[in-house]
Amino acid sequence: MAPLLELEDVRARYGSVQALDGVSLSVGEGEVVAVLGGNGAGKTTTLRAISGLVTTSGDVRFAGERITRAPPERVARAGIAHVPEGRGIFEELSVDENLRLGAYLRRGGFSESYERVCGHFPWLERRGAQQAGTLSGGEQQMLAIARALMSKPRLLLLDEPSLGLAPIVVREIFRIIGDLNEKEGLAVLVVEQNATLALRSSSRAYVLEVGHVALEGPSSELAENESVRKSYLGY
Amino acid sequence: MTDFLQQVVAGLSSGSIYALLALGIVIIYRSTGVVNFAQGEMATFTTFIAWTLVDHGVGYWGAFGLTILIALAGGFLLERIVVRPVEGKPVINGVILTIGLFILFGGLSNWIWKAEVRSFPPSRPFPTSAWNLGGVAVSKQDAGILAVTLVLMVLLWLLFRYTKLGLALRASALNPTASRLVGIRVGWMLGLGWGLAAAIGAVAGLFTAAAAPPLDPNMMRPVLIYAFAAAVVGGLESPIGAVVGGLVIGVVLNLISTYDTHLHLDLDRVRLPLALALILIVLLARPTGLFGRQVVRRV
Repeated sequence: MAPLLELEDVRARYGSVQALDGVSLSVGEGEVVAVLGGNGAGKTTTLRAISGLVTTSGDVRFAGERITRAPPERVARAGIAHVPEGRGIFEELSVDENLRLGAYLRRGGFSESYERVCGHFPWLERRGAQQAGTLSGGEQQMLAIARALMSKPRLLLLDEPSLGLAPIVVREIFRIIGDLNEKEGLAVLVVEQNATLALRSSSRAYVLEVGHVALEGPSSELAENESVRKSYLGY
Repeated sequence: MTDFLQQVVAGLSSGSIYALLALGIVIIYRSTGVVNFAQGEMATFTTFIAWTLVDHGVGYWGAFGLTILIALAGGFLLERIVVRPVEGKPVINGVILTIGLFILFGGLSNWIWKAEVRSFPPSRPFPTSAWNLGGVAVSKQDAGILAVTLVLMVLLWLLFRYTKLGLALRASALNPTASRLVGIRVGWMLGLGWGLAAAIGAVAGLFTAAAAPPLDPNMMRPVLIYAFAAAVVGGLESPIGAVVGGLVIGVVLNLISTYDTHLHLDLDRVRLPLALALILIVLLARPTGLFGRQVVRRV
């Protein structure tokens, strides 16, 4: 069976800087896959290339459909929800408005999605009228994920969900991601600096170095790998 | 007292024109984040299109409807072709662009239709008679224009506040990238914002011509200054604020000119300083405008 998402020799550049230099990776149905790497390795660009936020060459296929160079709104329509780096929320709008925007592509089915999402993030229900920009950093990240889930995606792209958050909040977020994967079979491609956590939460992982895949394999094996341990796990 | 009320009614009539134009400014600001200085000149331009249609034998209300559709499409195309390059650029680029459009549309109106004065509309769109309400004469035309203004205001408020389309329009202006990621066609939304504003501008232009004939290529310039003051007073992003601002300005100016027996202000001359003074006072007292919302952000 073909994987849900498949990247083949994807290249992307910002001006004269080659950000991706032939990246190939795949995410299977219902699989959590992590992408590790240092700053500037191309982790964020990989996600942006999938979503059509950067111009790319190579091949991106999703659920049997070629989405290379498709604009972000079409990629979203295909069933990919992207939670961008930092705070991918509408700070000026209320929590409820953010969630309504998440369900923008859905015709009806809002309340069903809303109930499902609030099952994972119960506090959302009580804070619907609050302006999203006044939430704490962790709450904003959770709102961003909740908003992505409102579209009922088949694949969730997460860019550095732990960025700038307290460890306890980070663990909570990863617990919810694990839940979503186990209970709803959601496939996740997560980019993360926190390699320990990323390897523990995923079944397979890729290590990016200067725009290409340097290492790949089951997360448990990578966690034992000498160079991964030295470079990313710090022991 | 009767005299005072009469002056208030007269003020509301000019105020509703300011309010209409201010509504256009608010729509563009709220759905694209650009302040459109060309709003008045675009309105004049579309009013002349209506004049041309009537000149070719189309009935007044038919021309009215057609002009609104033309403005809607024209505004959309204008955004897609001319405004698009400044998207995501510093605010100043948008300001320079819309000032350029101001000059462009002003020039086009004067060039195509010459600076000569034309009689338009061919017949008054509203009855010319007036109601007598306890000694205060309320012209049916003024009441009609005010009613249309209020209806448009309510429709826009409902659009922005309660519809998916309105939410998408606002989201596109606030965060284009995140909007695209949730599946909104941001390009369409920005174009639609300009189209709606141009259409409302067309209504403002047509009513200005109806309220103060004859038709003149520079008729919207004085109106624009007050419309801007109205939009800023209202907080730049609230349709209700724009209308309240417009009506207040209309009434206050009219009362000043009626009861000013000492200064002998010539309204045509002090228009700009008065409008700017009003903007300054409101911004000093309440930087978000009367109806603007304070945006709080954690950093």
